[in-house]
Amino acid sequence: MKPLQDRIAHHVRSLPRSGIRDFFELVVGRDDVISLGVGEPDFCSPWHIREAAIFSLEKGQTSYTSNLGLLSLRQEIAKYVEGLFKVSYDPASEILVTVGVSEALDLVFRALLNPGEEVIYHEPCYVSYNPSIVLAYGKPVTIQTKVDDNFVLRASDVEAAITDKTRIILLNFPTNPTGAVEPVEELEKIAALAIKHDLIVVTDEIYCELLYGGSDGMSPGEHVSIASFPGMRERTVLLHGFSKAFAMTGFRLGYACAPTVLTEAMMKIHQYSMLCAPMMSQQAAIEALKNGAPEVERMRRAYAQRRNLMLKRFAEMGLPCFSPGGAFYMFPDIRKYGLTSKEFALRLLEEESVAVVPGSAFGEAGEGSVRACYATAYEKIEIAMDRMAAFVKRLG
Amino acid sequence: MDALLELLQNDARLSTSQLAERLGRSEAEVAAMIADLQGKGAILGYHAVVDPERAGQRHVSALIEVKLTPERDGGFDRLAQRIARFDQVTSCYLMSGGYDLAVLVEGEDLREVARFVSEKLSTLDGVLSTATHFQLKVYKQSGFIAGEATADERLAVSP
Repeated sequence: MKPLQDRIAHHVRSLPRSGIRDFFELVVGRDDVISLGVGEPDFCSPWHIREAAIFSLEKGQTSYTSNLGLLSLRQEIAKYVEGLFKVSYDPASEILVTVGVSEALDLVFRALLNPGEEVIYHEPCYVSYNPSIVLAYGKPVTIQTKVDDNFVLRASDVEAAITDKTRIILLNFPTNPTGAVEPVEELEKIAALAIKHDLIVVTDEIYCELLYGGSDGMSPGEHVSIASFPGMRERTVLLHGFSKAFAMTGFRLGYACAPTVLTEAMMKIHQYSMLCAPMMSQQAAIEALKNGAPEVERMRRAYAQRRNLMLKRFAEMGLPCFSPGGAFYMFPDIRKYGLTSKEFALRLLEEESVAVVPGSAFGEAGEGSVRACYATAYEKIEIAMDRMAAFVKRLG
Repeated sequence: MDALLELLQNDARLSTSQLAERLGRSEAEVAAMIADLQGKGAILGYHAVVDPERAGQRHVSALIEVKLTPERDGGFDRLAQRIARFDQVTSCYLMSGGYDLAVLVEGEDLREVARFVSEKLSTLDGVLSTATHFQLKVYKQSGFIAGEATADERLAVSP
């Protein structure tokens, strides 16, 4: 018999393990650790949302739903998206409810890419972009955004990366892991490029409710989606979901909004692989969209306070850090200590029991930084900052 | 002001310097805001929210429905304020509906509360009737669920 290892498909075999997974295993089992390594809210899903899920179960709503998702949910999504992104979609045919944005990403690449076709995206980035493209036999083409340029994705760099094989530009603003928000002027130039070169834009805007506007970062900023620009709706796949702003990660619910032909293509794959998103999650999501706004804003304000705390403490300990406009991550620059991001994170864990994620987990451009998430109780962040200050002082 | 109140309502133990840090203001500014809120009676006070059962306290609480005769000048106010001043009364509200005042009373045992009702409350001129409901169990108090520990069950590192 052939070794089982040889049975694994080549493109899966060559897929690297997530750097986050490696690091997770080092942290597991240590109970003194304050973790700034998470990628989800510390808040539990608001009770009225959980209660809607329970009520749905009590009523016996345990069946499949339409492949696209419950029509009543898609109608609520259409309203919400129009309000937030200033783009309107037809709930009957242009919205697909998925199992998290992760599934939607997988669907969009599988639906749109022929083998060898290229997707341009910006690093540092969410860990699944590269594998999702590779698993769809596409070719990832990365643009390295830089801390010295506030992690702005420059349209000129996008243009330089475009080839005759390019099919998709993938955007993620606010960005995980940097918290960067793309300046509108640059976003407009990228839209113009997409039109000029006839490319599809896939935009993952999962953190768009979590913006920190105003000089003190406390006011809710205004989100601008590339989908709202003239001529963009027809070539954009807008991805959003409930995990971050509504603190519903475990519900696993997201959605894709796109012109009917694209939605239909994604739906074809979704119906054979996933069939539909879980009914109780969909019912909870309806409640979230109808009545969740005050809780979202309450959580955003809490994140804003923690963000300001981390910024202040990093400045005090002399750790240079980009001031993030959104999401719930800090991406401090550790280059001056002469350690790799992995060495820094490992020693911080060993010596001070604080977990952060090495920037290298988010692609080459993440090297030289670590990701510290502030979706953790304020008091815990205070302790973590004291420990980090002691650590970087020792590093000198 | 709203952000300050939100923080204090959630945790009144925060010091002026902690509040200042969270709000991005100076300590002097925060101190002035608090003084203002206290001065105009917007903040009435600060206390720990205690579950007496878990604290091992001898404790009984009751909700007393009180019907009053309103007075020509001032309606229920004078009498309600008089009732509210008793130490045993922890809260006192004018209500719509079938009775006038909801009076929350605490004591060490049933007898103490009963004595308060029969000797103090119902003997007041203007009190027409009382109905006493003893509290049997606390499920939630002042915004806190009783007996619920908060544990972080998230994975320590996730994407």
